[in-house]
Amino acid sequence: MYPQAFTYHRASSLKDAATLLSQLGEGAKLLAGGQSLIPLMKLRFANPVHLVDLNFVQGISYIQQKNDALHFGALARHAEIEKSPTAAKIPILRDCAAGIADVQVRNRGTIGGSLAEADPSGDWATVLLTVSCEVRCVGLTGERSLELSEFLKDAYTTSLASDELVSEVVVKVPQENSGGAYIAFKRTAPVYPTASAAVQLSLEGDRCKDIVIMLGCVGLLPIRVREGESVLRDQKITPKLIESAAEAARAAADPQSDMRGSAEYKRQLVGALVKRATEAALQRARGQQVEVSHIYA
Amino acid sequence: MPDATQKVSIQLRVNGKLLAREVESRQLLVEFIREDLELTGTHIGCDTTYCGACTVLMNGPAVKSCTVFAVQADGAEITTVEGLEKDGKLHPIQEAFGECYGLQCGYCTPGLMLSALQLLKDNSSPNQKQIRRAIAGNTCRCTGYQNIFKAIETAAAKMRSAIHGD
Repeated sequence: MYPQAFTYHRASSLKDAATLLSQLGEGAKLLAGGQSLIPLMKLRFANPVHLVDLNFVQGISYIQQKNDALHFGALARHAEIEKSPTAAKIPILRDCAAGIADVQVRNRGTIGGSLAEADPSGDWATVLLTVSCEVRCVGLTGERSLELSEFLKDAYTTSLASDELVSEVVVKVPQENSGGAYIAFKRTAPVYPTASAAVQLSLEGDRCKDIVIMLGCVGLLPIRVREGESVLRDQKITPKLIESAAEAARAAADPQSDMRGSAEYKRQLVGALVKRATEAALQRARGQQVEVSHIYA
Repeated sequence: MPDATQKVSIQLRVNGKLLAREVESRQLLVEFIREDLELTGTHIGCDTTYCGACTVLMNGPAVKSCTVFAVQADGAEITTVEGLEKDGKLHPIQEAFGECYGLQCGYCTPGLMLSALQLLKDNSSPNQKQIRRAIAGNTCRCTGYQNIFKAIETAAAKMRSAIHGD
């Protein structure tokens, strides 16, 4: 399948990409990993007139720790994050990176591209909203830094101006006695999840000091389960309380019936995922090693 | 309006051979490989980033060549199934797929062998779970996968003994 014809531009730097976007106007789109954009172009759902390729920009796929934060270059690929010992310092990031689509897609897809696309079924936003995450953006007029929650506006919509792009994603390393886990359910490896849950919590003694619960794929944006969080906060986490949090998640979800399942099925599913993710996060906060990621046949 | 005939010059190495070509910017890597280079071992299955029949190695990692533009391969090193055989001798992965009946119709096989190659370059003794994860992006509609798992385990053993002589 051939996409509609376009003119190809190769950016030499992030600034150059912003300049090109500004000069080329509305018909221009950025090409990062391309694992969503190229399929959309082949189906002619996206018909950019100009494509600005970021893949030849040097030095924008780094993964580094600076003080108490991890810095991801916009073009850090899922597979690089999956294999990075630095990224492994925040286990929930690895859960996500290691399970997105399949090996081939993870080898190309990028964290910056995923956030900028803001697909309601994407993985990264759901995960990164459970931790302190800033999205750095660069445009013609300079740079700015946004909290991820400010960056995301709606399905497929971000705060990026038309001549602005993501340059870096900065994630604070959670304090000690913290643990997080991300579990997404999908029918097969290459597809988007049917539903997902991300939980990040911290303990003080055996009590839950703080917790964030996010749901993915069951709303236009990731959904925060505040009621479920308050059930667990300041409490000793028990199976009964986890079940209450899962119930709150089912109530908070706003799924749509589609080819991945009925709304009711997704509602049940997301509750079960919250339960499992909370259990895994708790084990990790207690210093235990647990492996979780996407579940698929 | 964009110039549909915009041609971009690219230089790349395919199976070790340095090539220079002009490509239309919208041409996909898989179409470049099949139509311009006439290396038809790389297959187009779903053409929607699902099935992995078009898997090739690009600068090392496996990619779905239906989801990369040919212009993006400028300067890259590409390995297709035709590049596995060396001096008339099959690659251990090819031998193992044959010996273990790791294929029936053969349509998915080139992609699977390249996914297996990426796995075995990174991990010389993968376990069952690692093998399953490594080929999760490759769809086979004939075999039921069991013989493919066996083929990859056998290939791993062959490649280890080629290195260590054990």
